[in-house]
Amino acid sequence: MEIILAAAIGVLTASGVYLLLRPRTYQVIIGLSLLSYAVNLFIFGMGRLRVNAPPVLEPGGVGDLSRFTDPVPQALVLTAIVIGFAMTALFLVVLLASRGFTGTDHVDGREQRHD
Amino acid sequence: MLSVFILAPFAGSLLAIFFPLDQRGATAWFAGAIALLCFLVAAGLYPFVTSGGVLRYDIAWLPELGLNFTLRMDGFAWLFTVLVTAIGVLVVLYARYYMAAEDPVPRFLSLFLAFMGSMLGVVLSGNLILLAVFWELTSIVSFLLIGYWHHNAHARDGARMALTVTGTGGLCMLVGLLLMGRIVGSYDLDVVLASGDLIRNSPLYMPVLILVLLGALTKSAQFPFHFWLPHAMSAPTPVSAYLHSATMVKAGVFLLARLWPVMAGTEAWFWIVGLAGLSTLLLGAYFAIFQQDLKGLLAYSTISHLGLITVLLSLGSPLAAVAAVFHIVNHATFKASLFMAAGIIDHETGTRDMRKLGGLIRYMPGTAVLAMVASAAMAGVPLLNGFISKEMFFAEAIETHQANILDTMTPYVATLAGMFAVTYSLRFIHSVFFGKTPEDLPKVPHEPPRWMRAPIEFLVLACLVVGIIPAITIGPFLHTAVISILGASTPAYSLAVWHGWNLPLIMSFVALAGGVGLYFLMRNYLATSIEGPPIFRLLHGQRIFERVLVTLSWKWARSLEQRLGTRRLQPQMRFLVFIAVAAGALPLLLNHYELPPLLVRSIDPAFALLWAVGIACAIGAALLAKFHRLAALVLLGGAGLTTCLTFVWLSAPDLAVTQLLVEIVTTVLILLGLRWLPKRIEDTQETELLSLRVRFRRLRDFLLAITAGGGVALIAYTMMTRPLPETIASYFLERAYKEGGGTNVVNVILVDFRGFDTLGEIAVLAIVALTVFALLLRFRPQADSLEAPEQQRVQNAFDDDHPDRSKGDSVAEYLFVPSVIMRWMFPVIGMLAAYLFLRGHDLPGGGFAAGIAMSIGFILQYMSGGTRWVEERLRIHPLRWMSIGLLVAAATGIGSWLFGYPFLTSHAQYVTLPIVGKFPLASALFFDLGVFSLVLGATVLILIALAHQSIRAPRAHARATRSGKEAR
Repeated sequence: MEIILAAAIGVLTASGVYLLLRPRTYQVIIGLSLLSYAVNLFIFGMGRLRVNAPPVLEPGGVGDLSRFTDPVPQALVLTAIVIGFAMTALFLVVLLASRGFTGTDHVDGREQRHD
Repeated sequence: MLSVFILAPFAGSLLAIFFPLDQRGATAWFAGAIALLCFLVAAGLYPFVTSGGVLRYDIAWLPELGLNFTLRMDGFAWLFTVLVTAIGVLVVLYARYYMAAEDPVPRFLSLFLAFMGSMLGVVLSGNLILLAVFWELTSIVSFLLIGYWHHNAHARDGARMALTVTGTGGLCMLVGLLLMGRIVGSYDLDVVLASGDLIRNSPLYMPVLILVLLGALTKSAQFPFHFWLPHAMSAPTPVSAYLHSATMVKAGVFLLARLWPVMAGTEAWFWIVGLAGLSTLLLGAYFAIFQQDLKGLLAYSTISHLGLITVLLSLGSPLAAVAAVFHIVNHATFKASLFMAAGIIDHETGTRDMRKLGGLIRYMPGTAVLAMVASAAMAGVPLLNGFISKEMFFAEAIETHQANILDTMTPYVATLAGMFAVTYSLRFIHSVFFGKTPEDLPKVPHEPPRWMRAPIEFLVLACLVVGIIPAITIGPFLHTAVISILGASTPAYSLAVWHGWNLPLIMSFVALAGGVGLYFLMRNYLATSIEGPPIFRLLHGQRIFERVLVTLSWKWARSLEQRLGTRRLQPQMRFLVFIAVAAGALPLLLNHYELPPLLVRSIDPAFALLWAVGIACAIGAALLAKFHRLAALVLLGGAGLTTCLTFVWLSAPDLAVTQLLVEIVTTVLILLGLRWLPKRIEDTQETELLSLRVRFRRLRDFLLAITAGGGVALIAYTMMTRPLPETIASYFLERAYKEGGGTNVVNVILVDFRGFDTLGEIAVLAIVALTVFALLLRFRPQADSLEAPEQQRVQNAFDDDHPDRSKGDSVAEYLFVPSVIMRWMFPVIGMLAAYLFLRGHDLPGGGFAAGIAMSIGFILQYMSGGTRWVEERLRIHPLRWMSIGLLVAAATGIGSWLFGYPFLTSHAQYVTLPIVGKFPLASALFFDLGVFSLVLGATVLILIALAHQSIRAPRAHARATRSGKEAR
């Protein structure tokens, strides 16, 4: 399991980084989204991978790490997902505004000679 | 008690600014009262500092770093405190009459008080760092004071120059003091003063010396940093009288004297300080002769007198140090009175140009007498205070302190400078008060108001009294000050006026006679000459200074920026990624990282297949993002869904739910944005003809991306295959139910344990939503995005072709059945959101998920009914949802204060409702309700702001074209 998830994180990161370095704003926004998947999975993976051990206790119960998976990375990732959404939204609007003002979707706000 | 000296002026400064502009008298009374209070407290503290006593006041500030707010008053600091506060009182009184009706007096007095506080801080600091802080404060406040008449370009330039020079010096001094603290091991002044040998023998002595001297010499306007002081004369005269007599410039010599016990006595000290002091003494006096501006003359004379004090301190002999302290006091008294007199002359005649002035003794005899006595003190005429300290200086100049040429030169230079001093003092008096009466004065001169002259009278009286009976008047106080600097090595000295016929007296007479003779020789030349000394006037300190500034801050900075900087985003990103990769790889490489064994057997084929799809989606999205945006978006969604399934698989149901919902909203969001982007059609021929450069760039980015991805994969794999160490996870697992009252640990963490983080996070979400809203208000799409989408055009064309249909029917009927279903989905989705919300505390769900689910309900209405249809029916504006959410969340947190608990403490209890059954009612539920409401509001706001553009933009476009036509 670990090796697959690690490979997946790697590919998501590589695709994200590659897109991040591209000249078109749309490429960058897709790249950022891919990168945020990678980061979320990475943080989530730091709590180790467990199957069938969601951190939901029985009423009145006291949990321990042998029966339940680590809830802390999950809490972190949950907020990260929402903040990531906010970031995407903001970036999208900046992208649109920039395109509206400058007439180009190049990240620098003007076309460069070689791209 | 010591804190009064800091608190009162700064508090007064804050209050003074609120005085109404027309209440000049009241403001002056107030500022004067503050200064007087400080003076009286200082006077009252005298018994505590006599015979070497030290008062201390400590507040721990950053004790770990050796930084404390330590105030310390010994005899020397006391003397300075009295000087600063007493002259402060007099200057306030003077300023009350000096400032014109149109000047904003509250601002002046507020700055004045702040300056007094900063200066008292410098004097009383018991900690080197604190001293540096107050030192900088004096620089900043003096900048504001010099530039008080900011409509005047000279004032602005002068202020900026003073700040640049003294600020640079201050920075150097800070470094020097830090090094000094490092040598000693403490920043406490008492400790530093006790470790003189340690400092002098340290290998760092030279750097410390140079850096500290840079600070002191720039502040005291010593050669070659003297040029800022004459330019600072554009300040109002009370400012000059205060800054350039008792305070600002005295801070430099204060520091020299303060650190004298630990730094003086070495050859380096003698040479650097001595050379600077001696050249300043001579050049200042020489330049002063040739000034035509009254204040300019006084400015250069100040420079010269500061040079005299510096020379005295450079000699390294205790007697010279006594003379230095004495001259600091004397100079402050006569120079403050002279500045005030110059101000009166300026005020009553309208000019300060000595070529225009003359014969004023007939109009203002009182002022004339006062100015004469004060300038006689400046010249060093017997029976005045300046004479006594000058005699002491001459006596010390004759003594041999070190066998080198500088020491041999000192008496001759001193006599010459003394001569010049007599000349410029005489010139000040003679050209202003005597000679023929001027005809073309801007105003008819007359005596100033009674109380405007009072400060000068007081100071001149002090000059006389100290000059005639020094031992009784100033003697004890001077002794107190000197003991605190010299301690046991305090020499025997005598403050008598008459020491018999000795060499210093002869030098004084030579200087007096020579100076008078020189003046009468040069009188005719000076009466008509232009400003500045011959030859030297070609050397403009100001111009050199400005050249240097331009070179440094403009030419060099620009060429550096051109070479190293870029405004293009891509190189910056590349650099950033590279740094990140390097920063990640370096520690691994340095610590001999070993790859953990690859465990191939634990692979679940289904999971592998899942990610095979996910990986394909990610790569596809990366490849298609340029030319096939929609496909890339779909593939991005595929990668997102795979991530979501991974969360399900690996025991994270909460994440899965949130991820799924966010995925939907994100996709809709980007879809809404797609139409505003420019069309980009892949040209297959062009791709084959790509230049080498582009290919190289892509390959480089590809390799960088592969490295980054590979590195992250390695780290992730290594971490995930290691056993989980002891973490805080058990804490949350054990207490989630017991203390948080919920079984869903993730949700309990979010709304309870880490509720404050969540509050911050939803605030961020709200801010983002508002920013999006604001940005879109000014959104102007490009013309090529404005025409109706192709599908609508086809549909409209179909309507046009069929006579039984009117235009717009097809658009309205498009997806008719699905839209009815979507419309009816609204209550269902609302139910789902409520369900997710209520079970959140115990089972996967919660405010976030519910909020986003509910917003999807709204989005569906937009998709089915269109923007207008929904906006007509939207009862609660998303902004309201958001503010309600933020208020509810914050109020829940504040609520716990009512019960005496810290912010955001939650209370949990189960409640049974009919039909719904038992569900947890923690106070955290209200918090979650706030989260829900805010997330819903923010998401809907973002989406409708974006969707709204499709109706707003064409309308705006049509309006723009219409008005354009009309204009034509």
